[in-house]
Amino acid sequence: MDMNEIKEIFFQECEEQLAELESGLLKMNDGDRDPETVNAVFRAVHSIKGGAGAFGLDDLVAFAHVFETTLDCVRSNKLEPGPEVMKVMLKSADVLADLTNAARDGGSVDSSRSSGLVKELEALAHGELPAASSAPAPAAPVAKAPAASDDGFQPVPFSFDGFGEEEEAVAPSTFEVSFKPRRELYSKGNEAALLLRDLSRVGEMSINCIMDGLPSLDDLDPEEAYFAWKIQIKPEKGEEAIRTVFEFAEWDCDLEIKMIEAEAKPNAEELPMIPVPFDLSALDDGPEMVAAETVNAAVDAAETATRVSKLAAAAKAEKKESPAAAAAAAAAAAAAQANNAAGQTIRVDLDRVDRLINLVGELVINQAMLSQSVIENDATGTSAVNMGLEELQQLTREIQDSVMAIRAQPVKPVFQRMSRIVREVADMVGKSIRLVTEGENTEVDKTVIDKLAEPLTHMIRNAVDHGIESPEKRAAAGKEPEGTIKLTAKHRSGRIVIELVDDGAGINRERVKQKAIDNELIAADANLTDEEIDNLIFAPGFSTADKISDISGRGVGMDVVKRSIQALGGRISITSRPGLGSTFTMSLPLTLAVLDGMVVTVAGQTLVVPLTAIVETLQPEAQNIHSFGANQRLISIRNSFCPLVDVGRILNFRGTQANPVEGVALLVESEGGGQRALMVDAIQGQRQVVIKSLEANYTHVPGIAAATILGDGRVALILDVDAVVAASRGQSLKQEMSLAVAG
Amino acid sequence: MSYAVRSLAEGNRELIAFRIGEQEFCVNIMSVREIRGWTPATPLPHSPGYVLGVINLRGAVLPIIDLSKRLGMKPVEPNVIIVAQVHSKIIGLLVEAVSDILTVTEENIQSTPEISSDLERQYARGILAIDKRMICLIELGALFTDAESEAA
Repeated sequence: MDMNEIKEIFFQECEEQLAELESGLLKMNDGDRDPETVNAVFRAVHSIKGGAGAFGLDDLVAFAHVFETTLDCVRSNKLEPGPEVMKVMLKSADVLADLTNAARDGGSVDSSRSSGLVKELEALAHGELPAASSAPAPAAPVAKAPAASDDGFQPVPFSFDGFGEEEEAVAPSTFEVSFKPRRELYSKGNEAALLLRDLSRVGEMSINCIMDGLPSLDDLDPEEAYFAWKIQIKPEKGEEAIRTVFEFAEWDCDLEIKMIEAEAKPNAEELPMIPVPFDLSALDDGPEMVAAETVNAAVDAAETATRVSKLAAAAKAEKKESPAAAAAAAAAAAAAQANNAAGQTIRVDLDRVDRLINLVGELVINQAMLSQSVIENDATGTSAVNMGLEELQQLTREIQDSVMAIRAQPVKPVFQRMSRIVREVADMVGKSIRLVTEGENTEVDKTVIDKLAEPLTHMIRNAVDHGIESPEKRAAAGKEPEGTIKLTAKHRSGRIVIELVDDGAGINRERVKQKAIDNELIAADANLTDEEIDNLIFAPGFSTADKISDISGRGVGMDVVKRSIQALGGRISITSRPGLGSTFTMSLPLTLAVLDGMVVTVAGQTLVVPLTAIVETLQPEAQNIHSFGANQRLISIRNSFCPLVDVGRILNFRGTQANPVEGVALLVESEGGGQRALMVDAIQGQRQVVIKSLEANYTHVPGIAAATILGDGRVALILDVDAVVAASRGQSLKQEMSLAVAG
Repeated sequence: MSYAVRSLAEGNRELIAFRIGEQEFCVNIMSVREIRGWTPATPLPHSPGYVLGVINLRGAVLPIIDLSKRLGMKPVEPNVIIVAQVHSKIIGLLVEAVSDILTVTEENIQSTPEISSDLERQYARGILAIDKRMICLIELGALFTDAESEAA
């Protein structure tokens, strides 16, 4: 493992910690006062800080530290996490995420923002910590050192004044450090001597070894820890520097750091101690003292520092029986739990999963080809080969399902990102908005999740910027000043449906229509239904914002959102009630890789109709077909009439309408609601097909969702039922077509 | 600067020559992925006339372009498909026959004569005289512009 790989792991862990942090903070924001939630939040920040320290990511450490300090005030009930406090906390989580990203990708972070937050965080910690703010002269108003420093999550005292103003160096105070390693420290590959050597670099120090506990040689357990050290040190950078040295060891030793008033103990050397000279220089050149393995072990320990630190907390709390550890025990139990959970998952490179999925896709095609040729040569279908093939088919299907399940992920991370966007945009436009999410654990394929973030971000921005009114307007309209945006995800008939509901003003239809007329999207005298007007916002080149704001209206509009949703094989629609708000509904396929379809013949071509769209199939009879208007036909099904749509005609496969009686009707339900009977010539059968993109080498074809490869090795097209239904409604495929054939 | 201009500067270059009707054309061998026999294509609805449809190329869906129609010539017998990379996409070009692999230098390539047709000027990058045959060098990237390779 080289350093970069380790760093990569650290950043991956950071991402998890940040997600944990955010979800914890959001819970707290909703009034959750469970100490475990606070602990989880604290742990997340602490882990990031620890790891960042190991990689020398100073900005990250510095910020995480201040954040941690303030969080600790909350944890120890010194600071009430009210709405104002939580606002700062959430912002800090955002900045922490930015800093982490910057550390990974080498970008820069708006330093004014982070330093502003540092001040706010400090103010919070100060405000509720009179001891800290009213602390007398010593330049570093250190929060009082905790008595039981072995608490895994003790507050880390910190000099606020020194932060961000490194120039103003703290006058070196003298500290007395008592350090007693426990056996775990050594068993985890740490080495007391190395820690002491590091400590010697922090400042001028004198060191005494306490060997009281050393038994006679016969009783000596080679793996036990017997020595303790008392150190007098004048750190140049305050107590924090000492803490940093013991960063990864503090759970495995009894560590006490006390500040000694200069006048109280003027002479460190005169302490009543048995002075055992401890020559640190031996470490630097004496290999006989530190076995090579120990050094290696120490390096290993640093490599797995973040993990070890978690383990350490857990392991320690289990051993510890002192009452002071009660709180730590709870926290550590959760840490252990988290560890257990982590033990059940593995990290796999996405490329490997994708490769597996592609291979399984090929396997499915191959298996279908094999079946087909066997069936051609074995008409009875009873041979052993045939039976074996059926089992193979079953197995391939199961493999495919299992492989797809690997890629299925909850939408939670995307939803969490949205809460940040709501906060930021709401702040920018001076609105107060609450984001409520539901169904974050709904699972969907990772590609869908990845591609969902962008359109969703755009829609959320729009909702905050245009959807929700300003607090004054809301108050005038008799609404709560705080707007609510609700984001929900759920599974519905083999698809995932995501809804974005705001309780804002709704679509201003007059203005939308005027804008559409101004932009020559519709004729001035066009007579549109409310629904049609609402859907105008998806038209290319449409932006309702009167002024181009920084947030939305950057020239890309809802048409881009619609296109990216469509590219995912999804649909988007809007319903709006003036004064009450708007609802955007998106429906997306659960996976972009496979689909259950009905294989049909249309005008000599083989097409696949997604099974999820089909309600029923029927054989039309002549007396049920009724002409309607000039060239419309309806079919009566159990006394209701449903328009007949000739698929071959819509797709331009044939010039004239086919005779319905000679074909089969597929009753389909489209996303926009309403049933249609799709006329096809014949049904070949049902099959699971592997979705192949047409866009990869060609372009979007109106009326066609994608392609697949059939058992005979030929390409078959997968019908886009919703587009065909829309086309039959008169919204012809032409508009999209003109794009497709341009040039 | 197109790749043609760049590779022109390099001197020696290899070209694949093919026949459509009476005429011979050639393209840079670097853009050709493989040459394969004709297999029936699945037609696409609402596609331009020169798009014959799509075929399965080892699991990928490949559009087939009838090059004779694209160049505004009479349609030919479907025979050979040249699989080529144009921009970021892989497409199959239907031609009558692949005739030659040519190694030529700069001097072999004469500039395209002044002609009035925009279509020819759009794709022709020069003319080669080899064994008294006239072979027109085509730049596929220009024939299928980015916007068009979206559509074609």
